[in-house]
Amino acid sequence: MSALEPILLTIITASTPLLLAAIGELITERSGVLNLGVEGMMIVGAVMGFAITAMSGSPYLGVVASMFAGMAMALLFGFLTLNLMTNQVATGLALTILGLGLSGMLGEAFIGQPGIKLPVLHIPGLSDIPFIGTVLLSQDILVYISLALVAAVYYFLFKTRAGLVIRAVGDNHTSAHALGYSVLKVRYLAVLFGGACSGLAGGYLSLVYTPQWVEGMTAGRGWIALALVVFASWRPLRLLVGAYLFGAVSVLQFHAQAAGIGLPSQLMSALPYLATIVVLVIISRNQAVTRANTPACLGRPFSPDR
Amino acid sequence: MSKQGVPSSDAVDQPVLVKAVSISKRFGEVLANDSVDLTIREGEIHALLGENGAGKSTLVKILYGALEQTSGDIVWRGNTVKIANPADARTLGVGMVFQHFSLFEALSVADNIALALPKDTDLKALPERIISVSKKYGLPLDPNAMVADLPVGVRQRIEIVRCLLQEPSLLIMDEPTSVLTPQEADELFKTLQRLASEGCAILYISHRLEEVQRICQRATIMRHGKVVNECDPRQETPASLARMMVGADVHAIKSTSEITTGNPLITLRDLNLPADNAFGIELKDINLEVFAGEVVGIAGIAANGQSELFDAISGERRVENVHAVNLLGVPVGKKKINPRRKLGAAFVPEERLGHGAVPGFRLSDNVMLTRFSTEPSLLLRGILKRGNAAEMEQRIKVNYDVRMTHDNPEARSLSGGNLQKFVVGRELDRKPRVMVINQPTWGVDAGAAALIRQALIDLARTGAAVLVISQDLDEIYEVSDRIAVISRGQLSPAEPANVMTRERIGMLMAGMGEKNTSKSDEGQAHAARA
Repeated sequence: MSALEPILLTIITASTPLLLAAIGELITERSGVLNLGVEGMMIVGAVMGFAITAMSGSPYLGVVASMFAGMAMALLFGFLTLNLMTNQVATGLALTILGLGLSGMLGEAFIGQPGIKLPVLHIPGLSDIPFIGTVLLSQDILVYISLALVAAVYYFLFKTRAGLVIRAVGDNHTSAHALGYSVLKVRYLAVLFGGACSGLAGGYLSLVYTPQWVEGMTAGRGWIALALVVFASWRPLRLLVGAYLFGAVSVLQFHAQAAGIGLPSQLMSALPYLATIVVLVIISRNQAVTRANTPACLGRPFSPDR
Repeated sequence: MSKQGVPSSDAVDQPVLVKAVSISKRFGEVLANDSVDLTIREGEIHALLGENGAGKSTLVKILYGALEQTSGDIVWRGNTVKIANPADARTLGVGMVFQHFSLFEALSVADNIALALPKDTDLKALPERIISVSKKYGLPLDPNAMVADLPVGVRQRIEIVRCLLQEPSLLIMDEPTSVLTPQEADELFKTLQRLASEGCAILYISHRLEEVQRICQRATIMRHGKVVNECDPRQETPASLARMMVGADVHAIKSTSEITTGNPLITLRDLNLPADNAFGIELKDINLEVFAGEVVGIAGIAANGQSELFDAISGERRVENVHAVNLLGVPVGKKKINPRRKLGAAFVPEERLGHGAVPGFRLSDNVMLTRFSTEPSLLLRGILKRGNAAEMEQRIKVNYDVRMTHDNPEARSLSGGNLQKFVVGRELDRKPRVMVINQPTWGVDAGAAALIRQALIDLARTGAAVLVISQDLDEIYEVSDRIAVISRGQLSPAEPANVMTRERIGMLMAGMGEKNTSKSDEGQAHAARA
């Protein structure tokens, strides 16, 4: 048990940023917008979260700052792709490049500074239960938020009218417009939600995962989040499975390497990717479900003919 | 503009429900509606007639709030109203059934309907309301079915039920029968007449004159954005209505009486093709021969295997058995499109923009794409001969009356009818010996349609085999020497056009000719009952 607990804790820590970024992108894509700038929004969230925490001394203010930083990036993306109708793929890539550069500039002063870690939320009584309490119920607020978001997004998408409108806009924007829904408004909100979640994911990296600022510290996690959304066929619960599976295998292979299993380290490093692909391909076998959940208007610009 | 029509019965004494007063709508340079007046009374079925581009769609979109007029007023029950968006229109009591349905394929029937209802609608009680309304008007629907799985006739029912749940005073129907079997259309007419008798006004857009004569009490005729006439369609003949629409006599299609048929140029033998996706249709044991000199028409409701059949004959999809598809005596089952073209075959797919032509390419480059393999003058050791392609484009433009604002434009800038004339003309220009064409005149106005149909018949009479796949029964009758019906991937034997009555075609469309008719498909079974 003593060996298992830290492993489980690191799995949660490794999975949470992926889950946060991916659940936001899931909503964005469900509305029909493909934002490839997740990595860029994440890293700006990470640097802003660290900077505000360092200046104010409050990691909670840092979390809020990272969220708003992600939203600011998303707003820029929304303005370019939704109003000016630029190509979504190119704009998303540009957003990533911009985010990496901008964060490097903003973060220069903070390199090497010790960070403040987001505290664990101690729930009296529950957090002291052996194992369950010490692993699952002794987490920081962002872990709880990420899990609550999955449940909330599931309920929102499939049980509420607003969620239905998002799915409708992503499925057929022409029809949604013909019925009188504001396609641009819906997409703006979805893009902003995606930005907020990506920002939070970045904040998690610089406030929990490794509480310091290192240039390029997102290290491709934004791209993995993007891939998870597609592999999870835009379903929130599958996304949860995918994110935790990826997190688990990447932590376990690390421990296996340390324990000296005689496999080449390159192969071990590739394991999380392989495992995630295999499992998600298996659960995506049902073509009808995949098709019913794929936003048909994904990446297609919309201009009302009014 | 409008002449005082013959006094008509029925709804003429009813109060005026809605009046469009001198509506104009300008899109850039184009005046799509030019001071249009329209009066609809309560409980009347009012036809709006006109060719493509006459401005009908623009006018109804303004009434439904999907477009805003440049000038003019809408008067609803005596009050001038502003219809800013479709939600306003729905609150007022205007419902619309779109020609190209405004449905969401990935959502359930109930979800689709919920999206059009006011925000405070109780979603839990909705399935029950759907069932009760659909029972009342004879429009059976399963609220939990997913739209993508439903045949097109059922999809239209969703649109209608969606409107009916809003208890509309005015129901706008845009070309509602273009996708229905004759039996389904009859059912629709009963529903419409019942609605009208309950006081709901119906604005019925169609280009099928006999339908308009059958169910409409008034007709407003538009041409080039203006109202040119108003009449009681029951007092007119189809010819006189067509004259009002086109402004001249419509060119009558002539078919030389004697058909000299030669060898079979298209032979399909036990053609089987699995569905290529969850929503595709499997082709089962298709047998057909098309002889030199004749036109064979394949009738059927949308999505019953027409595109799959076209793909198999054209080579867009290849089949297991080489001998299943035989063109000009050569088994081509595994050959790609260009080898088939080289044999002398030409193909015109259904979707002209994106499939038949690349939207962003100039017409001359689009000529290049289908013809470089068969015209040595277009390609010299891999180098494109643009000048020769431009010459061909000019020839097609002149011979097939393709109208364009400037020389050699991008394909997407042509109107639907003009692009169709170009796409068909491009293939006819080759003087092919086999021509396969899917939906030759879909969305094309009467004048252009007549030109295309005549060209197909003329081609056959020069000794080519022509296969026309169409959902428009009038078109099938106009061009075909023999007719076959496709239903859920199975093809009925082709029989001479004069023995294929509309009733018989309707029964075959509804699946009566299939080897194993499954009763599970609710929509088909319903059509068969009718």
